[in-house]
Amino acid sequence: MRNAFAKQITQIAQQDERVVLLSGDIGNRLFDDIKAKCPGRFLNCGVAEANMIGMAAGMAMSGLRPVCYTITPFLTYRCMEQIRVDVFYHHVPVVIVGTGAGLSYASLGATHHSCEEMGMLRLLPGLSVIAPADEWEVRAAIKAAIAHPQPVYIRIGKKGEPVVHQAEPQFTIGKAIEMLHGDDICILSAGTVLPEAMSAAKHLAARGVSTRVFSFHTVKPLDEAVLSEVFSKCKVVATLEEHSVLGGLGGAVAEWLADHSPAKARLIRFGTPDEFLHETCEQEHAREKFGMTSTAIADRLQAAVT
Amino acid sequence: MSNILTSLPIMTAPEPTLVELEGIARKLRFKLVQMSHKAGTPHLGSALSCVDILVAAYWTTLKVDPKKADDPSRERFILSKGHAATALYATLAERGFFSRDLLENFAQHGAPLAEQPAPNCAPGVELATGSLGHGLPVGVGMALAGRIQKRDYRVFVCMSDGECNEGTVWEAAMFAPGQKLENVCVIVDYNKWQATGRSNEVMALDSLAEKWKAFGWNTTEVDGHDISALSRLLRNVPDNSGKPVAIIAHTVKGKGVSFMEDDNNWHYRIPTAQEVDAAKEELGLV
Repeated sequence: MRNAFAKQITQIAQQDERVVLLSGDIGNRLFDDIKAKCPGRFLNCGVAEANMIGMAAGMAMSGLRPVCYTITPFLTYRCMEQIRVDVFYHHVPVVIVGTGAGLSYASLGATHHSCEEMGMLRLLPGLSVIAPADEWEVRAAIKAAIAHPQPVYIRIGKKGEPVVHQAEPQFTIGKAIEMLHGDDICILSAGTVLPEAMSAAKHLAARGVSTRVFSFHTVKPLDEAVLSEVFSKCKVVATLEEHSVLGGLGGAVAEWLADHSPAKARLIRFGTPDEFLHETCEQEHAREKFGMTSTAIADRLQAAVT
Repeated sequence: MSNILTSLPIMTAPEPTLVELEGIARKLRFKLVQMSHKAGTPHLGSALSCVDILVAAYWTTLKVDPKKADDPSRERFILSKGHAATALYATLAERGFFSRDLLENFAQHGAPLAEQPAPNCAPGVELATGSLGHGLPVGVGMALAGRIQKRDYRVFVCMSDGECNEGTVWEAAMFAPGQKLENVCVIVDYNKWQATGRSNEVMALDSLAEKWKAFGWNTTEVDGHDISALSRLLRNVPDNSGKPVAIIAHTVKGKGVSFMEDDNNWHYRIPTAQEVDAAKEELGLV
């Protein structure tokens, strides 16, 4: 995903002289191309993320379109006040791209996990929060973010994530992408965990449970048309994300549901629990531990509809 | 009365004499006392502290046109110590960015000018401040934008000494010289107080000039109430040293009103009507 990000932002920067890429001292060799093709518009801002966000706000106030990139927790938790005051209070178009989001860096420990940041950022007035599912959605999301004259947060994975789409999908901020049709259950998946949702739907189909799947890439603003439809038609609507069940997509949908009840469907939230992951493990094991593998998802959802 | 500023670059405003500048500063100071009294707002000592810095910047240095406050090529001044907002508001009004009438309902319900500046609250206010440590990173971003867009404007950021407690100040302080960013200038309003104590006692802030030097800034100490000295330093930015410029302005909190000077109670105290009258007399405006 980060390679797709680097390629796409290089292409955009070549066409749009307002675009500047700010990196927090990561991406060794990743940005060689943009450095060569867009001299002066790549800045390694060092290990000083709060300053990077503040500078990006100053650039955006001066007519540029800065894109800030580094490892998610350092770019979000550490800089929350800069994001809130410099970027959002002034409502200037800074694009914030967190890499290694969710449990991508499970093995590095909780300092590198980000399972709370969508909940924090979602509270900021006027922010778009996007969790692309694969490299095609990363490319599309970056394009949409630069075209969007307001602040945007995008959380991406690292490298080697499964590619779900065959080509770049039609992508609109706030419009979920339907991946599979179905009737009984609907899974709304945000981010790189989408292949688990697709696979869970296949398991469920084999067991006679018809399952619809959306890449629900935008956690804010919610695609309310899709929510209205699936909560009125399905028996169960599930949210799935590498994020706490508090505050992220599941939290947002629960809030929406509170304002739109009664609904036909019940809500089940898949995500990380309200605790740190203390165990040394890889991403796939972390997903397993938290019941986010395709079989665990299928089992829990099947039980909910039968 | 000599005109000390005849060597100024082309300005949109007439070049004032030192006596005129000092008169403007006295007038502004009284306005701040009035505003604090009328609105019942604190931070008067902090506002009085930075008046001469603002006068030197807005009347002798900044290439700005109050009628074109959004001009992309304008020079930027950020009052990062947002709690001293009255000083910025009064300066901008006096300099013609907006009507002085706006000062009259400062901090009142529904008024555009709040106790600390909101985004785009009035022409000439570059940044919503109030949370300390934001002005320099944003100002460095503006300066970088100028470089990228090939505009030759300068960015001036006025901070308080207490503000130098904030880590982001030093992140930006380390970044700007690394970029050889010559078009940015920091002015530290070094009045030796922060909200609840001596700034040198709360943190090890003395050797402030050495700190800025060590971070790679071309640093000069100056009497922060000497408008002509401030003006010489400000107008000399960029100074062709290949470094950003830091001016450590030694100031007195509450400057200009004897019973407020260097008394940190005036970080929060509101002047009474009698104190407003006494200040007016002291400032020679009676």
